[in-house]
Amino acid sequence: MDNNLLKKEALGVRRNIVSMVYSAQSGHPGGSLSCADILTYLYFEAMDINKDNINGIDRDRFVLSKGHASPALYGVLAQKGLLEEDIHGFRKLGSKLQGHPNMNYIAGVDMSTGSLGQGISTAVGMALANSLDNNGHRIYTLVGDGESEEGLVWEAMMAAGHYKLDNLTVIFDNNGLQIDGKVTDVMNPTPLDKKAEAFGFHVITIDGHDFDQIRNAINEAKNTKGCPTAIVCKTVKGKGVSFMENQASWHGVAPNEEQFNQAMSELEDK
Amino acid sequence: MAKETRLAYGEKLAELIVENPNIVVIDADLSGSTRTSLAKKVCPERHFNAGIAEANLMGMAAGMAASGKTVFASTFAIFAAGRAFEIIRNSICYPKLNVKVCATHAGLTVGEDGASHQAVEDIALMRSVPNMQVFVPSDQYETKAVIDYVTKVNGPCYVRLGRGKVDDVYDENFNKDITKVNVVKEGKDICLLATGLMVQEALKVAALLKEKNIEVTVADIACLKPIDEEGVLKLLNSHKKIYTLEEHSIIGGLYGAVAEIKAKTDIATPVIPIGIEDEFGESGQMMEVLAAYNLTADKIVDRIK
Repeated sequence: MDNNLLKKEALGVRRNIVSMVYSAQSGHPGGSLSCADILTYLYFEAMDINKDNINGIDRDRFVLSKGHASPALYGVLAQKGLLEEDIHGFRKLGSKLQGHPNMNYIAGVDMSTGSLGQGISTAVGMALANSLDNNGHRIYTLVGDGESEEGLVWEAMMAAGHYKLDNLTVIFDNNGLQIDGKVTDVMNPTPLDKKAEAFGFHVITIDGHDFDQIRNAINEAKNTKGCPTAIVCKTVKGKGVSFMENQASWHGVAPNEEQFNQAMSELEDK
Repeated sequence: MAKETRLAYGEKLAELIVENPNIVVIDADLSGSTRTSLAKKVCPERHFNAGIAEANLMGMAAGMAASGKTVFASTFAIFAAGRAFEIIRNSICYPKLNVKVCATHAGLTVGEDGASHQAVEDIALMRSVPNMQVFVPSDQYETKAVIDYVTKVNGPCYVRLGRGKVDDVYDENFNKDITKVNVVKEGKDICLLATGLMVQEALKVAALLKEKNIEVTVADIACLKPIDEEGVLKLLNSHKKIYTLEEHSIIGGLYGAVAEIKAKTDIATPVIPIGIEDEFGESGQMMEVLAAYNLTADKIVDRIK
């Protein structure tokens, strides 16, 4: 897919994110915007997900381990025309768009997540079962850099390396910020690349907003045999909305009307 | 013949894994103790080790279930229901995935390892999570029937198994519905409603009381959730007093479940808990520890009036 088209879709995903969080007056815009380009690439190019196979598991699957970035996941499903629910129901009573995703409510949500560290652990189990069946389907999971302070992340990484799961790609959304501040100040999880390498991963470090780099890394992961691949994506929290960029304070806060209007105008498809 | 329920589990699993190509087993460095090693022996390609990492054991189990497998995940009860509680809650029960948490070494009868390894709260923990079904089989035959049953359930199940040998309550012709209260000895006035290895103690209590010309009912309840309310109410309505017997805290286990049922009704029948008071266990030989906590038949007899 042409990079300009991907950029267009990513803008749409970002508008969905901002709309959802604004409409709910609740949610996590910063970490959703930081991974919007990665999810756009996965759903529009890397994964073989479509309307016909969305309800089954006979395809590539994605686990949003940082489940609080649900607006990005719902946003990309909506942008691709795969989401039946109205995105404006997000976080509201009666909507299937739960604050953190439920796999039984939404087709295309491949695992219920939200409690940090657990998504990557389930992704390892999915990849292990896939490798037992030798079905060729790939498992992708997105882990936050703050999330990687959870011990379970490293139990899962150890198992992925141990079982040499080359059908698994772990993507770190390294936006550098968590609720209480910089990840390196709160509880330094870096260097993620060297840690992943030590756990038996092939590691690639890229700019998580550059589609050429994302494409090359995902393809390199697909072609890497005998071990799982970790892609450490340097990203900007709040990417695309000027006043949210690199601000930890926008982790879990909704914009007011004025901020919403400014954000939507910055995210216009010009 | 007395046998460990964990051994009966391992034997049954070794049969099922050969019959059913969809079954996978995952253990956490305890496959010799949990007896899943028996399944590994006959089907090593579908037996996995998570290492000493019980949180990841449950997460991986959830993932394998999400890939369509029927997953048996085993470790000691303290690590399954305790350490991995929140993974079981959020990654297995919330998405209602097909994982059978078969936890061994439950209760005081872990024995010598002591309180750190004696899970006396696991039933309460597992019973409180939506979508989870909870089973505590009493002997080898009931264990095999429970394992057979949970394999056919499409959803999360917790099966509580013990380390030590338990007497046979049933025989190889066991064909009772394990989801119901099963009366194993008919009596009158007093009923002993027991779960797990306490069924063997209840039968001993009944024999001791018979010497005093007191006939008591002994009922076995292996399925604590969803609980057979009708069966429990029937016992409450047909006896003057019910004693609940469990190798578990009296908070949130069998006593809790029966009390919850009773409290919704105007039935006056007293329900007396015989279990572990709100305290930790300690090291010792299995039956010595059970006796120290007043859970052996000779101690229980003194408490029944």
